Amino acid sequence: MKPISRRKLLTTGLAATAGVAGLTAAARLAQRYGLIPPDHGGLYGPGETLTYAAQRLLTTHSLAREFPRSMISKSPFANETPPANDMFKHHQASGFSDWRLSVDGMVARPASLSLSDLKSLPVRSQITEVVCEEGWSYIAEWIGTPLVEVLNAVGLLPQARYVAYFSIDKDWWESIDMADALHPQTFLTWGMNDGDLPVSFGGPLRMRVPRQLGYKSLKYVTRLTVTDTMKRFGKGLGSAEPESGYAWYAGI
Amino acid sequence: MVVRVTHWITVISFFALLISGAEIVVSHPRFYWGEVGNVMTPPLFTLPIPASRNMVRTGYGYVLPDQNGWSRYLHFQAAWAVVLTGLVYAISSLWSGHFRENLFPARADRTWRAFWAVIAKYLRRAPPDDAEAHSYNVVQRTAYLIVIFLLFPLVIWTGLALSPAFDSAVPAAVTALGGRQSARTLHFFVSGALLLFLVVHVTMIVLAGFRSRMRAMITGRAIIPAVLSKERT
Repeated sequence: MKPISRRKLLTTGLAATAGVAGLTAAARLAQRYGLIPPDHGGLYGPGETLTYAAQRLLTTHSLAREFPRSMISKSPFANETPPANDMFKHHQASGFSDWRLSVDGMVARPASLSLSDLKSLPVRSQITEVVCEEGWSYIAEWIGTPLVEVLNAVGLLPQARYVAYFSIDKDWWESIDMADALHPQTFLTWGMNDGDLPVSFGGPLRMRVPRQLGYKSLKYVTRLTVTDTMKRFGKGLGSAEPESGYAWYAGI
Repeated sequence: MVVRVTHWITVISFFALLISGAEIVVSHPRFYWGEVGNVMTPPLFTLPIPASRNMVRTGYGYVLPDQNGWSRYLHFQAAWAVVLTGLVYAISSLWSGHFRENLFPARADRTWRAFWAVIAKYLRRAPPDDAEAHSYNVVQRTAYLIVIFLLFPLVIWTGLALSPAFDSAVPAAVTALGGRQSARTLHFFVSGALLLFLVVHVTMIVLAGFRSRMRAMITGRAIIPAVLSKERT
């Protein structure tokens, strides 16, 4: 082996110092600009962080593809049986007239909204594709109230970083960052293909996040919480999915 | 050195992608063409394997356990490893002349005749001549170029086209392939082509003398034909 010259030693040392300093600075910047997902720890943390950071730099404002009416699936696949809990059965029996969506956390005016309260806010529709992580997909028209309208109505506080949302099924909850929460295609959906949203598709109220895989589009939503950190929710990984082994960020 | 290190990182990542990819396919072993496809629509073809979800009718009386969580995490982490390693390899190979010297066939070899001559030699199982012991012949060069410049870019493109967020930023990535389900089906076939390359590649290494080839690819020391022929006997 050749002896290492003083110059080489110096340049290698400087390069290593610069590398460590660069990585530290990059980590601090990534944290500051929200490029680190809640499930960034563990064996697969590096890959998840790269994916999420790349997507946040590339796709913060982009719109999910929308399709012509002629492409709406004739027989969409309902990947759901209604929740077996008594509370849901009671709501179903009364035609969901008492269904409420409570909104709390970092908002100026916490609220409890009925379906008709939601419908009195600005309403939008989109024809987008539901994409399951398993590989299948279908296209439907989704009618609902953009989440951003609800957040504006209750007064979002500036420190808000995530919106967590919960199903009537108590083990089922999700969260998204503000880029997706304020995105114009993220809907609290109550209609599908010109009718009410069927129970088998998540009715009466389903979150639609068309830029992410289907499992982020949580069904039977009863509560939203605005927060600055996901650490206090469950195991602190961002949603129920990472607790059963799936990625929090599902835009891939 | 860069070629060898990037090669072995790619080997590890490719196996991770292969295993996790197969695991993901098991959750829905049906393939479609066009934009949408699900159990309510006719498939292009169905793999004759059991599934890890009970909604897919496979003809098997049982459902495999769901392994998609870690498979997906591993698949995307390994994809990053392959893409970043591939970038290092491509940039360094352009810089060092590895593509020009070792992979692009010499002018005289760029004919079908030269190509078939090598194939015929393989079929006769003739021992490699002196030149072949030290560098790649035209068939090897063509195979490597197809893998590096066609199959890997295609598998990355068709994979990215399956990301709903990436498609929102670059819709052409998926529409140019004929839709989301077409992209998934193509991703499956390109992965199959890469697997086919792997099988042939490893077979040829075994035929050429597994230990000497492995030693060459790990240590980088050129093998002299005498050593090669000794190991073959």
